[in-house]
Amino acid sequence: MKGNEALAHAAIRYGADGYFGYPITPQSEVLETLEELMPWETTGMVVLQAESEVAAINMVYGGAACGKAVFTSSSSPGVSLKQEGISYIAAGELPALIINVMRGGPGLGTIQPSQADYFQATKGGGHGDYRLITLAPSSVQEMADFVGLGFDLAFKYCTPSIILADGIVGQMMEKVVLPPQRPRRTDEEIARQCPWAVTGKPSTRKRNVMTTLELEPSAMEVINNKLQEKYKLIEENEVRFQTYDTDDAEYLVVAFGSIARICQKAIEDAREQGVKIGLLRPITLWPFPKDEIDRLSQKVKGILVVEINAGQMIEDVRLSCHDRVPVYHFGRLGGMIPDPQEVLDAFFNHFPEANKQ
Amino acid sequence: MDKNDIIKEENRVYKRPKLLTDNIMHYCPGCSHGVVHKLVAEVVEELGLEEKTIGIAPVGCAVFAYNYIDIDWIEAAHGRAPAIASAVKRLMPDRMVFTYQGDGDLAAIGTCESIHAANRGENIVIIFINNGIYGMTGGQMAPTTLEGMKTSTTPYGRRVDLNGYPLKISPLFAQLDGTCYVTRQSVHTPANTRKTKAALKQAFQNAMNGLGTSVVEVVSTCNSGWKMTPAQANKWMVENMLVQYPLGDLKNTVKK
Repeated sequence: MKGNEALAHAAIRYGADGYFGYPITPQSEVLETLEELMPWETTGMVVLQAESEVAAINMVYGGAACGKAVFTSSSSPGVSLKQEGISYIAAGELPALIINVMRGGPGLGTIQPSQADYFQATKGGGHGDYRLITLAPSSVQEMADFVGLGFDLAFKYCTPSIILADGIVGQMMEKVVLPPQRPRRTDEEIARQCPWAVTGKPSTRKRNVMTTLELEPSAMEVINNKLQEKYKLIEENEVRFQTYDTDDAEYLVVAFGSIARICQKAIEDAREQGVKIGLLRPITLWPFPKDEIDRLSQKVKGILVVEINAGQMIEDVRLSCHDRVPVYHFGRLGGMIPDPQEVLDAFFNHFPEANKQ
Repeated sequence: MDKNDIIKEENRVYKRPKLLTDNIMHYCPGCSHGVVHKLVAEVVEELGLEEKTIGIAPVGCAVFAYNYIDIDWIEAAHGRAPAIASAVKRLMPDRMVFTYQGDGDLAAIGTCESIHAANRGENIVIIFINNGIYGMTGGQMAPTTLEGMKTSTTPYGRRVDLNGYPLKISPLFAQLDGTCYVTRQSVHTPANTRKTKAALKQAFQNAMNGLGTSVVEVVSTCNSGWKMTPAQANKWMVENMLVQYPLGDLKNTVKK
């Protein structure tokens, strides 16, 4: 099935309580698949086509405030519209899942794939000091798997997580093993797991108020420090990445999402020419695998960062390796996808000494 | 006979609703918000919905509504309360969900969310405080500001050629098939206050009976923003606001 369809199936099977979305190419199959599957008849999951991305993300804020497992999906221009709501969800320390199936920008841009929302997702695209746990799938299988992972991390840390997929992963079709169907949590389970949830106030507890407003500066600083401590904990515990052929690598390629698969083919081709290139694929873009890149940078001669954007993740790579070795960027823009040979050409252009032929 | 002979339960004609907290309200003396808060608390209590009611607070003067009524609350981003209320009600259909919004929140930045929630016929109540001005931010023009009315952003009075017309949004709600009850009330006299309470009660019952969206507009005073005494503000409201925004039911599909 398509990556977008896998997201929908996986969410129902996770036992999600609600989805709120608005159509935008190239992710509309998420809402379409959910409407076709009618989960409200089976698991009781709510599906609602909102009047805008702004409304949809605020529906997610409301649902998350009730302790429900709720999510939304969109593509780049729509995710820009959601930024205010995402900031509120992060400030409210609410668990929620956001999905961005990226297309090219800026502006209305193109409906073709892109990775140009890396900054927006990993640096906190809305106002204020916050972070999103950012998961970058590179296959349809990971589209399905990261729904559960995204929800689990969101609930573990009471913070929103985002699946940052490029349009390729959303649209391409692959075999996928879906997770088993889990029941939705009962009201009692929600009250136990989320004692802060707004559910209607029983006489047995004080009222629950979900607000992100605090006008007293000293109190607001405490709230901000608490958020930063949580982000530090996530950085210490939730870094995920995958490496290929890095053990004996003399050079390193860093790429995420579907582009990492193109790069994997490129480094396999390079091996056949006797050039030892390793690949590191960050799975969590935030928290970023900076320690592993720091470690690898001490044994390679140079790093090429391949992204279909004008150079965004390269900044984190350079910070991770303290510019110990030369770090170059290769990217295509406007929805153009590089093939493995283009990646290798770019590599040898930057590192001519590596060419043994 | 001294006063202790008179202070007896059987002589009580008025009491504060239990759901009103002891927090000192931040509202200006003369403001209508406090009265409407009290009515909401009374209605929730009288309908026995204390444990089921969830309020969605706006951005505006009522941003701190959650400090005053002892129920669960969600504080919304500016204008987004009806979207939040829609999700909460759909995820927990047996709860009583209401939004409490001012004219800027509901009829300017949140017009899209308000109209679409009502058009979907969400089983919620929208309480709309219309005082024709942005109170919290210091008295700027609202969509409902009257023609000629002076505000900090219309210092020479609202001009329709520059600022457009006062937005009569309740008649818009009344046109939508999703609404079952749209009414415009006020709280400037005891009689009007009693009518507003009855309207709120019907609206809350409509929501619990799944009849669609109910909108209760309360034409209100903002004596600070209007730069008047409370008494002058009441008089000005009757002579000006109620001409543009006449009181009464605009729609009621629910016959008793």
